[in-house]
Amino acid sequence: MELQIDDSVLVKNYIQGDERSLEILINRHNQRISSFIYSKVLNQSITDDIFQDTFIKVIRTLKRGSYSEEGKFLPWVMRIAHNLIIDYFRKKNRLPKFECNDNFNIFSIIGDGKLNAEKQLIKNQIDFDIKLMIEELPGDQQEVITMRMYKDMSFKEISENTGVSINTALGRMRYGLINLRKMIEKHNIVLTNY
Amino acid sequence: MEKIYAKKKQTCELVNAQPKTVQFLLNYSKSLHIVDYNGLKFESNKN
Repeated sequence: MELQIDDSVLVKNYIQGDERSLEILINRHNQRISSFIYSKVLNQSITDDIFQDTFIKVIRTLKRGSYSEEGKFLPWVMRIAHNLIIDYFRKKNRLPKFECNDNFNIFSIIGDGKLNAEKQLIKNQIDFDIKLMIEELPGDQQEVITMRMYKDMSFKEISENTGVSINTALGRMRYGLINLRKMIEKHNIVLTNY
Repeated sequence: MEKIYAKKKQTCELVNAQPKTVQFLLNYSKSLHIVDYNGLKFESNKN
């Protein structure tokens, strides 16, 4: 029959520097403490984390000499584990939790605002096609569209720069856009919406 | 008579902390030293 050393003796030996006593204590109460934690959190890896944090507190308290031996080692460790479980649930409730499913995707709310690689390629292709079509327009319409769309100039500025009235500039813009639409229809060009 | 009561599920599951967790704690304990200086306690970790 194996003689079981009392917890209080092991704790005393550990405080005096016997590391082997800690090993016996951990192994002796491992299942009981782990099962207690697991019954609350129902997750093995979280159980391991809380078990580890519990014994880190135990080790620090014992080594600091702050533990008062009253023959209640296990209830004391269980109390520490219990408090850490409460801390875990408090922390878990504080953190917002988002789960992605068919109806909701977190990336529809957060994003960096940039196009992904595929959409960027499509955009480049569309920009290139539009540029080619603008080059096919009569010079005056080409000039107005370029100034308005690429240089972001107002019609007043365009009229001042080209030496025509605002109405003429507006008219050239209008005919330019009509001609572009005609070209798109004629050549069956698809400008995919991105 | 048909059994109308479901068997009560075993709610208490026995688990153990992983051996690596235990080993970590033993190593942590060996490396932790407390230095007492004028009533103040300083922790040092010899790793």
